[in-house]
Amino acid sequence: MASAIFKSSLTKKFWMALTGIFLISFLVVHCAINATIFFNDGGKTFNVWAHFMGTNIIIRTMEIVLFAGLLLHVIDGLILYFQNRKARPVKYAYEKSSASSTWYSRSMALLGTLILLFLILHMYHFWFKTRITHLDVTNHVMMIDGLEYENLYAQMQLVFSNLIVVIVYVLGCISLFWHLLHGFKSAFQSLGFNHLKYKNAIAFVGDAFSVIIPAIFAAMPLAFYLKFIQ
Amino acid sequence: MNLTLKVWRQKSTSEQGKLVEYKVSEISEDMSFLEMMDVLNYKLIESGDDPVAFDHDCREGICGMCSMFINGEAHGPNRGVTTCQLHMRSFKDGDTIYIEPWRSAAFPVIKDLMVDRSAFDRVQQAGGFISVNTSGRTLDANAIPVPKEDADKSFDAATCIGCGACVATCPNGSAMLFVSAKVSQYALLPQGQVERKERVLNMVKKMDEEGFGNCSNIGACEVQCPKNISLDNIARMNREYLMASIKPEN
Ligand code: SF4
Ligand code: FES
Repeated sequence: MASAIFKSSLTKKFWMALTGIFLISFLVVHCAINATIFFNDGGKTFNVWAHFMGTNIIIRTMEIVLFAGLLLHVIDGLILYFQNRKARPVKYAYEKSSASSTWYSRSMALLGTLILLFLILHMYHFWFKTRITHLDVTNHVMMIDGLEYENLYAQMQLVFSNLIVVIVYVLGCISLFWHLLHGFKSAFQSLGFNHLKYKNAIAFVGDAFSVIIPAIFAAMPLAFYLKFIQ
Repeated sequence: MNLTLKVWRQKSTSEQGKLVEYKVSEISEDMSFLEMMDVLNYKLIESGDDPVAFDHDCREGICGMCSMFINGEAHGPNRGVTTCQLHMRSFKDGDTIYIEPWRSAAFPVIKDLMVDRSAFDRVQQAGGFISVNTSGRTLDANAIPVPKEDADKSFDAATCIGCGACVATCPNGSAMLFVSAKVSQYALLPQGQVERKERVLNMVKKMDEEGFGNCSNIGACEVQCPKNISLDNIARMNREYLMASIKPEN
């Protein structure tokens, strides 16, 4: 399997694009569900959805696929990074890169690493605490319509009461913004979609997506910290 | 005008090179960049020094031999031109100009500013051709109908002169723009259909073997290409490769 994935420069590119698009689709779901905190209903809607995501068999299976996809994206990215450095061993004494490309398109590996570091912290805050150990909060159950729900919302409130954490999360979202700004369009180009008819549409959707999704994500820790939502 | 040049000097592939500073004076703004280099070389020869080795041939932007990385950009600051088409009016009196060879693992420096671009030839030999019947009944290419749009796109791709600026510019040292131009030029024409699938597979394989990097859609190649070869060709090659991998036989 590994040989089929990493067979050539182009197969590596296809897998980068496919896993990228898959991760993008995950972002949509994750963002939509988390955005229910903005209902400001004390976390009722959010906790119900979080419970669904944590118990539904299809979702749990997709969680494994998601990890696999992320891992593949990271490994493929690292392989590309090191191979590409080898392909350009000697640096120019004077290189005017900004004349022909954007800094973020040249810095996908760096941005990806920042996002990965953020993800490790993020997973520790939430995924690890709900799936492996237990929530840090004392009010870890919420009663909704007579049923017990794990109070992930309270965990969010707790985590985002720390200013440093909030700043790190916002920085993570900013890295994601730059990564997506190149990655979204890039994925479609890699898969060969770039007909004049929809090239501009993809670029537009890509730019809009890169701004909107990270902005909504960044608004979450900020809203908790600034007590816009209780 | 008077200029300060910082030129990469390297005796051979195996030896270490370095930037050496030279002064040139009385350079006319009507001179081409290569003529300015000629002035420098005359000066070096007169003083008994080794002239700067650089590639050139047609000096009119069609052979793709000239290859200099000038002030941080392949073929210098202007767009859509080769080094030989760059004129000194693009510079100012007193300027300092950095002149370096293409940098890529696949293009080793032969001497000074000359690099070995035979990797491109080998990629081309791996599939950049069509089979034509030479038994005496060769079909007149003009007698084969080709849709205008395809002919135009194919022609645009075929204007690639194989200079290597795309590789030199790419932070990944990728040759995708060149290879995709070659793949596209044939994929779009009826004559190119016979080897269509094996062509893209073989050329990409060879490209990888030669040590070129992987494309990450940075897009610098398209900006610096003297023939304005479009990234659309890379997307086309990606499609061609995907189709050929999924269904290798015709
Ligand atoms: S694609 Fe452009 S830059 Fe690359 S070899 Fe061809 S002409 Fe030169
Ligand atoms: S010398 Fe032929 S293209 Fe410049």
